[in-house]
Parts: sequence; C-alpha cells; structure tokens
Amino acid sequence: MKKIHRMTLAAATLCLAVTSAHALEGDAKAGEQAAAMCVACHQANGGGMNIPGGESWPSIAGLNADYLYKQMKDVKDGSRNSPTMLPFVNMLNDQQFKDIAVYYSQLPAVQGQGDPAATEEELAHGEKLAMQGDWERYIVPCSTCHGPDNLGAGSVFPHLAGQHAGYISDQLHAWQSGKRNNDPQHLMLAIAERMNDKDIRAVSQWLSRQPAQRKGEQK
Amino acid sequence: MKTSKHLLINSLAFAVAASVLSFAAQAEQRFPVNNPEPAEGEYVHVPPTMEDLEKSDFHPELKRVIRRGHDLFVNTQQLRDKNVFNNMNCNSCHMGEGRLPFAGPVWPAAVTLPDYRGKNGHVNNLEERIVGCFTYSMNGKPPAYGSDDMLALTAYHQWLAKGVPMYQDGNSMYGRGYPKLEQPEKKADYQRGAKVYAENCSLCHADDGNGLVQNGKVVFPAVWGDNSYNWGAGIIRHFTLSSFIKHNMPLGRPNSLTDQQAWDVAYYINTQNRPQEPRYTGDVKETREKYLETFHKHTSYGLEVNGKLLGEGASTGRKDFLLPDIVRPRTFTAE
Repeated sequence: MKKIHRMTLAAATLCLAVTSAHALEGDAKAGEQAAAMCVACHQANGGGMNIPGGESWPSIAGLNADYLYKQMKDVKDGSRNSPTMLPFVNMLNDQQFKDIAVYYSQLPAVQGQGDPAATEEELAHGEKLAMQGDWERYIVPCSTCHGPDNLGAGSVFPHLAGQHAGYISDQLHAWQSGKRNNDPQHLMLAIAERMNDKDIRAVSQWLSRQPAQRKGEQK
Repeated sequence: MKTSKHLLINSLAFAVAASVLSFAAQAEQRFPVNNPEPAEGEYVHVPPTMEDLEKSDFHPELKRVIRRGHDLFVNTQQLRDKNVFNNMNCNSCHMGEGRLPFAGPVWPAAVTLPDYRGKNGHVNNLEERIVGCFTYSMNGKPPAYGSDDMLALTAYHQWLAKGVPMYQDGNSMYGRGYPKLEQPEKKADYQRGAKVYAENCSLCHADDGNGLVQNGKVVFPAVWGDNSYNWGAGIIRHFTLSSFIKHNMPLGRPNSLTDQQAWDVAYYINTQNRPQEPRYTGDVKETREKYLETFHKHTSYGLEVNGKLLGEGASTGRKDFLLPDIVRPRTFTAE
C-alpha cells in the first residue's frame, strides 16, 4: 500500500515537473503571427537550415519554450552575440518573445542535417564524446545534462539530437570565442573550451544524425 | 608548457600521470579543472578503458562479464525497484565510469580488500563492500553474493585495477576517495549553505533536492528526499559530501567553490529529509549513539537542527523494508 502510494506520488511529482516546464505564459496563435518574420531563416516548420561554410540557422521546432524565450532575451541584452538575430529581436516585445517561444515549442521537432562526408571514425569519436565523454580532458558527456538521448532536459539544457551540425559547431566555437556567454553558471563554456576543432566537428556531426524526436513520439 | 616542466623536474611516469589526470597540458582556460597534481611519492594509476578491454586478449566470456559490470555501473537504474530504490547510479558519485581521481575511483577497492572495515566491524571483501553501496547509497536491496550481477560488478572493479599490485598502500594513492578538505574557518552553516545551493546546485538538483526525472529517466540525481541516499550512506558524512562537491560540482566546473562554500552546502544538503538509516533501532538518538564512533559522529543524524530531530519519522523511502537480509555481522572463526 505504502509503496503504491509513493509511486503515485512520484508520478504526480513528475507530471508537476512537466507542467511547470510549460509554465511560460504565451499565446501560440499570437506567436504564429509574430513569427512571420522568423520563417525566412527558421522556415515555416521551424526546421531552420544547415549551411555548410556559412551561418547555419537552428532548428527551433519543439525546443523548450523557456529556453527559446531566454535565448531571445539574451540576444537582446547581448549576452548571446548574434548580429543576425539582433535586428529581429529588437522589433519584438517581451510578450511576443513568449508567444513565439510557446508557438515553436509546440511544433514537432524537425530532423536536421550534417555533412554527408563525415567519416565513420569521426562519427565514432562524436558518439564517444556525446555519450561517454572524455574524462581525461574533463569533457563531460553531452547526455549527462542534455538528457539520456540528448533530447533536452528541463528548461535549461536544450534538445541537441537532430540539430543541424553547422549550428552546434557554430555555438561551441561561439562559447570558445566568448561570443556566446549566456549559459547558466558557464557549465557549457567550461566544457566547450576543453574541446578542439576535431572534437567539435565530430560531436556536431554525430548529434545531427540522432533522431530529433523520441521513439514513438509523433506530434 | 606545464607538461615539459614536469618532464624536467619529475620522473617520466609522474609527468604522464600529471598530463593525463590533472589536465596540466590543457591550454589556458577560463575554467580550469584545478584538481591537485600528484604529490611526490604518491601512487598514480590510470585505469584502463573499455576500449582497452576490447583490444585485450581476455577470454570473450570474461569480456562479456566486464562489459555487463560497466553497464551496471553507469546505468544502475536498470536495477530500479529490484536492487536500487532511489535515483542514483554508481556513476553518480563514482564519476567518469569509476575512473576519475577525486571522484571516488573504484579501483582501490579491488586491491585494498579484503580489509577490516570500521563501519561494520569485520573484514569485508569486495562483494561485501558493494553490498554496502546498495544498502545505503542506493537505499536498496543488494544483488546476492555470487550472483551474475555481483560477478559483473566485481569483475569491472578488478579490470579498472589492472596492473596495480595487490595490497598497494591505500594511503598513498593519488585521487583516492574524496580527500578530506581542511576544516572550515567558520562552522558550517545552514543559511549560508542554502544560498550556495540556490546559486550553484538547484539549476539541476531542483529547489526541493529531487533532481530531474524526464520521460521516466533520471537526468539529475536527487540529493535529498525519498529518491536520494539514506541516512547511513557514506556521503551523508559532512566531510565526504563537502569533498565530493568541492572536487566534482557543479558538473564540469570542479574546484570552483571555496572550501567554506563546500562545507556549508554539504551541511545544508545533509540535514534535509531522506530515507531512514537501515540500521535504525527504533530510536534515532539511540541509533546515532550505537554507531557514533564508527560513523555518525561525522553526520547530523539524530541531532536537532532548526528545531527538528533529524531522521526521526523518516520513511524507508521507495522500498518497504529497513535493512536488507543480506547485511549481517560476522564473527570470524578460523575453524
């Protein structure tokens, strides 16, 4: 009896955690309208685009709403340096940030792309870094924080699986160079600065090839 | 380069260990790892990896057993509600697959045991030591002695100890356990600890200490409450948790808190509710007294903190028993 009660409690706690993750007060319908300016890069389905040799546009469909909201605010205040995004976020107000964040969070995740020429060896190295890490260099596995399948954890650690390789790579380099400085407690920065170009390419390519949606999840 | 300096002033083995284990070879970083480097005369062991296992000429069946041990070690949650009744994995405390210095690397256990253990007052072998982990840290029911899972776990420990002499002096091993921090300047304080927790820990472990479970999978372990370690776990001792935190947390940024912050936050975490001490006698003060010298003098169990007698009324957590049957005293008779 006691056990059953506890399990129910655990399940209830779980539901609570999930609901609170969507606590951002935004209106998806209004968000869809405000997002008209976003589709040029992020596309109508939110899937963005992998642009080899250029600035890739991230897939934002299905990302956590709180996370998306924070990124827009961070671009505006400069802690996330993005000359591409800045003019757009400057046209939006805080409520529109919330609406857009909720709108995109409700779209089904779109599978991103990588470099088809990535080698088996590179992908194996990427998988090792993402799932086991390299503790000799204190590179913590991505999955420890971004979730067991790298599908994101809570509202802080974004979904990585199936993200465009170009975007993941750009961001890791942005942390290294200081262009991106908006991660809580610099947990990502600390790891990114221990990675070399080979690591970054490998992990970006491997992650981009992982399923963007949870098995059996079809929104 | 730091590494070449090491090569000049120290032995080759020492330098290799320093670059491998203490990350001295890394370029300038904003957030360096800063673990202590091996001291003169310390025994440094770099445990083999799972790739090394695949390349070894071990019997395929032995490889299979060690692989299983590794898998259980990093994903102990697969034994949930069978042997593990909280949200912990072995890997939660013995980080980096049990290989990482200053994160309770597990290879020393394979070469220093059997040995006398103060906690239970008799000579323990490796299996019995692992029984202790399951009983307290996992608030669970240990796998049976000699079972496949126990064989797998002990084999994995022994694999990590490959090449270390049996009964190598345990006191001189580099990065063993969680080396005690100096006593704090100011007595550890609950309020200061709460502030450290809010600023550095709650992002992952949550304000209520319950960590994060998502889609049925544990992402961040619970640091108190029903899903955490119980009142008898080694890490409930303030000196153990403070050292674990100092050398390993926040994840990826070890040694970023001051010693004082580590002591304060350890005190804050280890004075919260959690599952009952499995050796509970029916009275927390009596239980504290019974195991005071060998254990509880380092914990706050059975003491009054913020007007609350710690451990009193604690439930057994997610399990429905107190002490697993497998835990028993031993009077060694040489007969």
